Amino acid sequence: MAAALLATIIHYLFTANIPVLQPAGVIGQKEKHLMILAILLCLIVVLPVFTMTIFIAWKYRESNHKAKYNPEWDHSRLFETVWWAIPFIIIGILSVVAWRSSHDLDPFKALAAPGVKPLNIQVVSLDWKWLFIYPDQHVASVNRVEFPVNTPINFELTSDSVMNSFWVPALGGQIYTMPGMSTQLHLMSDRLGSYNGSSANISGNGFAGMTFTAVSATGENFGRWIKTAKNSSKSLDTVAYQALAEPSHDNQVSYYSSPQPGLFENVVMKYMMPEMSGSLPPSHMMDGMPGMAGM
Amino acid sequence: MNSFASLLGKLDIHALPHDKITQGGAASLVLGMVAVVVLLTYFKRWKWLYREWLTTVDPKKIGIMYIVVALLMLLRGGADALMMRAQQATSVGAAHGVLSSDTFQQVFSAHGTIMIFFVGMGLMFGLFNLIVPLQIGSRDVAFPVLNATSFWLYAAGMALVNLSLVVGEFSAAGWLAYPPLSELKYSPGVGVDYWIWSLQIAGIGSLMSGINFFVTIVKMRCKGMDLMKMPLFCWSVLTTSVMIMFAFPILTVTLTLLALDRTLGMHFFTAGAGGNAMMYVNLIWAWGHPEVYILVLPAFGVYSEIVATFSRKSLFGYKSMVGALAAIAILSFTVWLHHFFTMGAGADVNAFFGIMTMLIAVPTGVKIFNWLFTMYQGRIHFASPMIWFMGFVFLFTLGGVAGVMMAVPPIDFQVHNSLFLVAHFHTMIISGVIFGYLAGITYWFPKFFGFKLNERLGKYAAWCWIVGFILAFGPLYILGLMGATRRLDHYSAAMGWQQLFIVAGIGVLIIGLGVFFQLLQFGVSIWQRKARLDYAPDPWRGRTLEWATPSPVPVYNFAKLPEVSGRDAFWAMKQTKQAAADKDFMDIRLPKNTPAGLLVAGFAFAAGFGIIWHIWALLVIGGLGVLSSIIIRSTAERTEYTIPAKQVERIETEARARESYA
Repeated sequence: MAAALLATIIHYLFTANIPVLQPAGVIGQKEKHLMILAILLCLIVVLPVFTMTIFIAWKYRESNHKAKYNPEWDHSRLFETVWWAIPFIIIGILSVVAWRSSHDLDPFKALAAPGVKPLNIQVVSLDWKWLFIYPDQHVASVNRVEFPVNTPINFELTSDSVMNSFWVPALGGQIYTMPGMSTQLHLMSDRLGSYNGSSANISGNGFAGMTFTAVSATGENFGRWIKTAKNSSKSLDTVAYQALAEPSHDNQVSYYSSPQPGLFENVVMKYMMPEMSGSLPPSHMMDGMPGMAGM
Repeated sequence: MNSFASLLGKLDIHALPHDKITQGGAASLVLGMVAVVVLLTYFKRWKWLYREWLTTVDPKKIGIMYIVVALLMLLRGGADALMMRAQQATSVGAAHGVLSSDTFQQVFSAHGTIMIFFVGMGLMFGLFNLIVPLQIGSRDVAFPVLNATSFWLYAAGMALVNLSLVVGEFSAAGWLAYPPLSELKYSPGVGVDYWIWSLQIAGIGSLMSGINFFVTIVKMRCKGMDLMKMPLFCWSVLTTSVMIMFAFPILTVTLTLLALDRTLGMHFFTAGAGGNAMMYVNLIWAWGHPEVYILVLPAFGVYSEIVATFSRKSLFGYKSMVGALAAIAILSFTVWLHHFFTMGAGADVNAFFGIMTMLIAVPTGVKIFNWLFTMYQGRIHFASPMIWFMGFVFLFTLGGVAGVMMAVPPIDFQVHNSLFLVAHFHTMIISGVIFGYLAGITYWFPKFFGFKLNERLGKYAAWCWIVGFILAFGPLYILGLMGATRRLDHYSAAMGWQQLFIVAGIGVLIIGLGVFFQLLQFGVSIWQRKARLDYAPDPWRGRTLEWATPSPVPVYNFAKLPEVSGRDAFWAMKQTKQAAADKDFMDIRLPKNTPAGLLVAGFAFAAGFGIIWHIWALLVIGGLGVLSSIIIRSTAERTEYTIPAKQVERIETEARARESYA
């Protein structure tokens, strides 16, 4: 019965849609490998612990009078040194892994693909939807983000409400979006498809409906998608943005042409220095401001 | 009329619950209270309640009250858990489940708050009170009235959380209420204020308890008990008390700053106007991470006592165990940032905190090996406390693997705030904290009541908890990897999550069955108490001083303060057959009962309610009440009474006679 149960679980794990374990992006792939490595290293301690627990509990049960009883034996320098040392060595190895991977997979670190120009996307979390601004393509969309496959994406993120966390598990790890601050996330998809994204941090009443679709498309399809957005009758000027920023639940996908230039920077700045909102500081000025670079 | 209304601040008829689920909860709460009042009146027990319990300063009684309140809160928090499971198993696609999104968010916020502050902390302080004075061979804690006040402040905080069910609403911002969501702009109701002031009041009680038990252990150990001869449970209480003294002031300050934002329009953590919400996140975790170790270290202490006793063997590696406790206590203050690697602090900072976090696995692993080697070459008696322990070893180790994984920042990016994280911390807290304290209650119950709890039902309960736990939280690990984030009141059917949520729901039902067996265990054992009562002073063949006293323990604990010369003092006494019969009894002085603690907490409760609802007159009355209660008590003379030697002798002789008779 235990075997059948185990088989069911394993079958489930291989057939279900588990994006973190079936990544479609280079970052997600590396993070998955790290997970497996960490588990394997931990097993060096865990397996002996489980084996010993079962063995000791069985052998030294009260009813087994044949087992040795040694009630005064209460320390051993050798044994204790062993189990201070072995976990220490394993954690030492994992520390090196943690240090290197933290730098390698730093969300602020830009990705590079030879001969491919990275795509800039600005993300604003609103109550309760996601606004994606394409500053170079001059379009914007709500709850749907599309990008060409095998192209590095530079996400720049902020919030025009409370804190949220931007997460597309199939592509890679998440980052917080915070009002008055901008964070960065660099991802790259290596498989065509459409993937689920959501907010991982509670942000109020409509939080559960803050889902979006992330589409990894061919260059051609991506171009077509941009064109569709450009043809949208709605343009994202200040008035339209303010209407959009009003709280709303379970929003459908919608597109905007010509978002107001500097909209993202304006959203960040209005929390930092309310008197300056409207006039745009040059972006290099923002880097020197406290709290700007995502702390 | 107008002036009367303004006297009541924000409070009006709309504060009563609107939706059916909350109305049901509120009604059962009110009916329960009415039933208690009716029973007390019918059996004419009010005076008894006041004299024996409400005004007591006896740590044994205070400990029992902590545990009773905490177990009641476990039922409340468990009901919240059931509702969350019901919601997430049914609220898929076109269906929207049993709760509105607002109610759901209040439910999970209340669940977390209650389970940590009023279940975990309550069980923990309960066992501190019951066991620490006995294990160090003392008659009392260092500051008995302060101790009672701590308990009543805890009760006042608990009362405020539950009052929010009937009058107003609870916070919907999660158990740690991150701003800006918890700021007035985004949470305009009284919910977050209820959260702030219930924790503030209970938290100050916790801080005072930490100080109290620190001083108790440092100053009141019996003759011959060096620090390195203390039972390990006392060591865990000592380290925890130090941690409380460092961590809880941070909580007090953080809550105060948030309250200033909400009540007086300041801008510490607001979005904009110079506020920085990230400062709050740092502060709350600078308290919050030590807090989880505050909860778990005493449970490690309980396991250490249980494993040694039921293996009939000295605890293995005592010095390593003490060192490990100290190491965990120190490290726990250096890891808080791992709760928000995803804030974008930069690779160096993340890596540092990740590595510090992993380091905690080393002393924790050492403790597990030492417990296993305590069992090695022992004679293991698998009573129900040992079943809890075995469940703990397996689950806690697996949860620890998840913890080490998440300590690697890039791995955390992929599971942070997902159900994987939820599964991880429930593994640690349920198997570590809850199993530990439930095992401790079973283990020490006979010491205070003179009879053992029903073992068979206790084992059923433990097995249901273990199996139910695996079913309830195993699926959550997978759901997290599937991209399911925490705190969702609804999701799309296309996600394919529903099956696993249903399995998790079944798991929680099995845990519920475990809780039912525990209630049955208490009920049946107390019902059969006449038959079970054996007054056995040492029913488990214990090793430490608490087992040297009669069961139930007399009010003065020890007729003659013990003197010890080594670890496992009582085990040594039994080996050398040291005579327990003392001849020359002496007068014993003990503190008198006082309503001071009850009054301080009652006024603090009123002040809290006043500030939550902006009823300023009540705030003033409450504040003055707290102050004057403290002043009046501080000037009281004759705060002690004497139990004459004759009476001590009579109590002791009767106790010994009962033991041999049974």
